[in-house]
Amino acid sequence: MNGGRLPENIMHFGRVLRTAGLPVGPDQVLKAIEAASVVDVADRTQFYWALHAALVNRRGQRELFDQAFHIFWRNPRLLERMMSLAIPTSGVDAGSEEAEPLARRLAEALTPQETGLREREGDEEVEIHAELTWSDREVLRAMDFETMSLAEQEAARRAMTKMRLPLRPVPARRFRLHPRGLRPDLRATLRGAMRTGGDFVALRRRRRLRRPPPLVVICDISGSMARYSRMLLHFMHAVTNDRDRVHCFLFGTRLANVTRQLRQKDVDTALAGVADAVEDWSGGTRIGASLRTFNRLWSRRVLGQGAVVLLISDGLDRDSGDGLAVQIERLHKSCRRLVWLNPLLRYDAYEPRARGAAALMPHVDEFRPAHNLDSLEDLAAALGREPVRRQEGVSEWLTRL
Amino acid sequence: METGRALPQSVAETGELLEAGDYVSDTALATAVFLSLKLGRPLFLEGEAGVGKTEIAKVLAETLGRRLIRLQCYEGLDVASAVYEWNYARQMIEIRLAEASGGADRERLGRDLFGPEFLIERPLLQALRSDDAGPPVLLIDELDRADEPFEAYLLEVLSDFQVTVPEIGPIAATVPPAVIITSNRTREIHDALKRRCFYHWVGYPDAQRELDILSRKAPTAPGDLSRQVVAYVQKVRELDLFKLPGIAETIDWVHALMQLDVVALDPATVNDTLGVLLKYQDDIARLQGSKAERILNEVRSELAAAGAA
Repeated sequence: MNGGRLPENIMHFGRVLRTAGLPVGPDQVLKAIEAASVVDVADRTQFYWALHAALVNRRGQRELFDQAFHIFWRNPRLLERMMSLAIPTSGVDAGSEEAEPLARRLAEALTPQETGLREREGDEEVEIHAELTWSDREVLRAMDFETMSLAEQEAARRAMTKMRLPLRPVPARRFRLHPRGLRPDLRATLRGAMRTGGDFVALRRRRRLRRPPPLVVICDISGSMARYSRMLLHFMHAVTNDRDRVHCFLFGTRLANVTRQLRQKDVDTALAGVADAVEDWSGGTRIGASLRTFNRLWSRRVLGQGAVVLLISDGLDRDSGDGLAVQIERLHKSCRRLVWLNPLLRYDAYEPRARGAAALMPHVDEFRPAHNLDSLEDLAAALGREPVRRQEGVSEWLTRL
Repeated sequence: METGRALPQSVAETGELLEAGDYVSDTALATAVFLSLKLGRPLFLEGEAGVGKTEIAKVLAETLGRRLIRLQCYEGLDVASAVYEWNYARQMIEIRLAEASGGADRERLGRDLFGPEFLIERPLLQALRSDDAGPPVLLIDELDRADEPFEAYLLEVLSDFQVTVPEIGPIAATVPPAVIITSNRTREIHDALKRRCFYHWVGYPDAQRELDILSRKAPTAPGDLSRQVVAYVQKVRELDLFKLPGIAETIDWVHALMQLDVVALDPATVNDTLGVLLKYQDDIARLQGSKAERILNEVRSELAAAGAA
């Protein structure tokens, strides 16, 4: 490679990617420079894929790389200019001629703030000032999603990506070698006998495996739930990518299966896909009709193996609960455990008296709030315990009604 | 050497072959079966319960004169019950005998204990062995009931038609078997497995085909009764029920009606025998009474109109 400025530019490009969240280290930058030196850099396609091969190592990173590449290499000066002028994020959008809206993280990465530090504002508050972090988080955890500022929502989202939902594992019909198992494993015993030539045969044992049951999330995205459902989507994304056998559905007036979209590792891409797939954001709610669609088209396909169902809704139904009781009863009978998460439960005086809510109440196994980070973590704890009987979690509610 | 019938050479021939086994197919199904047989790839059949998925494999085995090997799937199905298992009792006796004769040589014993004579072959391994009639028909029934780990294991078997027994080595099929996989869709089968197969959704038949099936499966039923039953079931399938009746239910219903010496449907009989057709209490409750009678009246007037025309 002639000494031009290409290596330097590749280095800067690597830094942009790193700031945007891709794990690009110096070795990968060196690899990229090496790769660029053996391809025809005048050929944009070749150059693109050479850098791609060197800098991207997961499918989920591709969209971010693609956007960064096109902005950076169409006009690297744009970046330099931004570096010196620190023009606001919106300037990038205008200058980049990108049809697609720029990934937010990339926009932040391209907009330099203080050098030497990671530029994401949420991180500064949460991660850099250690003593503030703690109290910040404490406040954040108890804060209602609805009352959060943009920055706080951002921090909450980030906390949510680390959230897991450990469902209590149920016994599977499969066995594995285990020193304290109850059943003999003859296959392993005989194989072990080969080593000693049959003089001495040690009994090997096996025991039943346990695995978490499948999880089905059905989330209300109607107008009354708007603020929460957007936050909860991040939660759903984190859970979907954490394990197998998770299915996610959204409903307002119609039911949509967004499992495939949410499986995308990259949270921005996943949520963009969800936004495309769903047409009734923030509209009315027809819980009964949506559950009916679910029961008819999906319940036999996704609840087959004893799934735990999370129904996230405020129970405010445009059809005022018509036909809801039948559908929720059917759903309740087809799953292992039905958990109703209701953000309205944040009000101490809340009573499920609306007709929709009253119809749901007798058929759920758990009734829990879902309005802040704390409530979601409590949920995780509750689902990790073994319930004594099915409607244990709501017995108090049922007696009150 | 093959005593079994040769594979069909066209879609039409496949249709005839199935028909020879009293299976009434349509072009879509015949095409899928033909491609699967011709190109040696598994056929993946999905559909509601009772539409004749399993029957296809049985009919194919019968008409082609091949052995049918059936693997019924269930959760926890493992290599020991699906592929092979060692005969532990015999192995232990062998060890005891070796001890008694004083010739317990470690090397030789290891070789002997894990030889083919101690191997119990389970369906997947059996399916790799051709006999005089040619390669067998392997039916992997209700794959959705098995768990994901087993599905992953199938990937290997279905792409190479080869099974590896660690102590013996790989065992490959000389001629790959015809594989039929069925699923009731109680969960989604992974795309990686579907990719290797020809896919066919077995739906409910139209009236003509259903009548044809009925004439083969219940040949002694009076023609008028069959026509009424088919027309009635077709109407019921248009309703918004939780579980629609399949072909198996139609056949059952005709048999049940014949046992009751019914020659034509009447409201009382329909009400009394709805349990043969519908298997959910909600569905039965919805249909019982006036609705069942209304459908019956529609059926009667339509059949009368068709008879007059």
